[in-house]
Amino acid sequence: MKAQVKDKLATAGFYLGAGLVVLILFSLLGYIIVHGYRAIDLQFLLSEPETLRAGGGIGPNIFNSFYLLFLSMALTAPLGVLAGIYLAEYARQNQFTNLIRLSIETLTSLPSIVVGLFGLLIFVTMFGFGYSLVAGALALTVINLPMMVRVTEENLRTVPRDLREASLSLGATKWQTICRVVLPTALPGLITGIIITAGRVFGEAAALLFTAGMTTPHLNFSQLDITQPTCPWNPFRPGETLAVHIWKINSEALIPDVRRVADGSAAVLVLVVLGFNLFARWVARRFTCRLTGG
Amino acid sequence: MVNRNVRREFLGYSLTFSCALIAILLTLAIILFLGWKGLAVFTQHKISLTNIFSVHWWPDRPAGAGGPQVGVLTFIFGSVITSTLAVLVSAPLGVTVAVFMAEISPRLGQRFLQPVIELLAGIPSVVYGYIGLSVLVPFIRNNIGGTGFSLLAGVMVLAVMILPTIASMATDAIRALPGTLKEAALALGATRWQAIRTVILPSARAGILMGVVLGLARAFGEALAVQMVIGNRREIPHSILDPLITLTSGITMDMGNTVQGSLWNDTLWFMALILLVLSFFFIFLIRLLGRKGAVH
Repeated sequence: MKAQVKDKLATAGFYLGAGLVVLILFSLLGYIIVHGYRAIDLQFLLSEPETLRAGGGIGPNIFNSFYLLFLSMALTAPLGVLAGIYLAEYARQNQFTNLIRLSIETLTSLPSIVVGLFGLLIFVTMFGFGYSLVAGALALTVINLPMMVRVTEENLRTVPRDLREASLSLGATKWQTICRVVLPTALPGLITGIIITAGRVFGEAAALLFTAGMTTPHLNFSQLDITQPTCPWNPFRPGETLAVHIWKINSEALIPDVRRVADGSAAVLVLVVLGFNLFARWVARRFTCRLTGG
Repeated sequence: MVNRNVRREFLGYSLTFSCALIAILLTLAIILFLGWKGLAVFTQHKISLTNIFSVHWWPDRPAGAGGPQVGVLTFIFGSVITSTLAVLVSAPLGVTVAVFMAEISPRLGQRFLQPVIELLAGIPSVVYGYIGLSVLVPFIRNNIGGTGFSLLAGVMVLAVMILPTIASMATDAIRALPGTLKEAALALGATRWQAIRTVILPSARAGILMGVVLGLARAFGEALAVQMVIGNRREIPHSILDPLITLTSGITMDMGNTVQGSLWNDTLWFMALILLVLSFFFIFLIRLLGRKGAVH
């Protein structure tokens, strides 16, 4: 009898614990959305941040975040996918392969601020890029490379052996098999992985403080000369992303309406990250339907 | 035709091989350059071990007064205490959630808790810092005491941040157990709680500990969210309501304001090197636990 009572109590405890976690999430999201809703309007989303006066927006920060995301994924995705192909299709069980895996594990567990410092040392100072979007994109690549490699390897491993063998037996070479059979089959998973990785890039800040910098020059969208510092597309200009902006205004801002800007920025950041996750799910489901149903 | 295929074959192999090589080169570069910069406090500034591993922080003390003091122990203590307490808060809750998802109600777990955990993991760390700053810190100031910027605030923020890591690792560990284990316990007349406590949790111990170590590593390396709520005072805290400083927040605060090559700046690099060495230690621990877990 006593054991039964204990069992009931324990079960109640587990429900309580699970409920608490759900409560935490909903209060977090609720807080962000409610406060964000009051702060966000079109003007806020499009105008430039102010340094001293009230009424600033986050337009350039949103642009910087997306542009940086594009730059870093343009590097990370090919690098990570190719390295993943090596691990899934070519790597043998030997010391070299072990070394690759150990490196990837190391890169995964590096604190992002350490990567930021490495970026400051190598990309900003030694390569002479200065605080720039390029330096930020390279630092983000260091952070996301391991995830991209792992996603690729896992997805390639789910491709059935029969497919490869069929292709090889038809006389295709290994590389042809990889490009024409294995990669297309694994594509939905790869795209999903790339989108999820991109979502993580969007929220990253610590690695960017000392690489992409904490300032943005005045951007002139009619300036198309890419070497000009006012040209938004110039990858060698500094750029403060939305996540970095949130950190900066919360810890050292002089504007009188800090709360409004912080509320709005956090809501935009969370909504975009959520958007990436939903988009990834949607892509995964859509592609799976087409491949299995078609 | 055959020749072209051979050439492509070789090209494909070397392309993927070199990309894999980049991962190794990057890791080596990080170790070498951080080691070089981090050890500059010894090689260039001739700082003694007793100086750097002390709690005295006065990096610009003039030579007449005894020279600069760059004790990093305060920072190390701050990192250790915040992340350890965060894990102590987070681990029980994480394991509870894991047992719930794997054993109590897999259906609710799959449909409801899994997405919740994923969402929590997806919220960027600066957002956790922002909520800590705008909700938690004032709450502590008004209801518990102190200025609000405190060890307590840092622990709470970190605990929520690492919860998803611990919960999902623990869930995987429990799900990976063979079903026969639980069935045997139930067949012997054990209640579900007895089976969980005496059979399932002990068997999944290695995997659960791996999640805990991973959570600890994350807490240790987290920079901005912690920096926003702990007050960043370079002193050992006396109570949970006191402000303190960690390795990561110390680096964040000062790296942009110190001159490259100065002792102060190089001490920050030494702190980064400590972070790097610690993350190697965590990898080692996780590998060890992984090997232990494989025995089961």
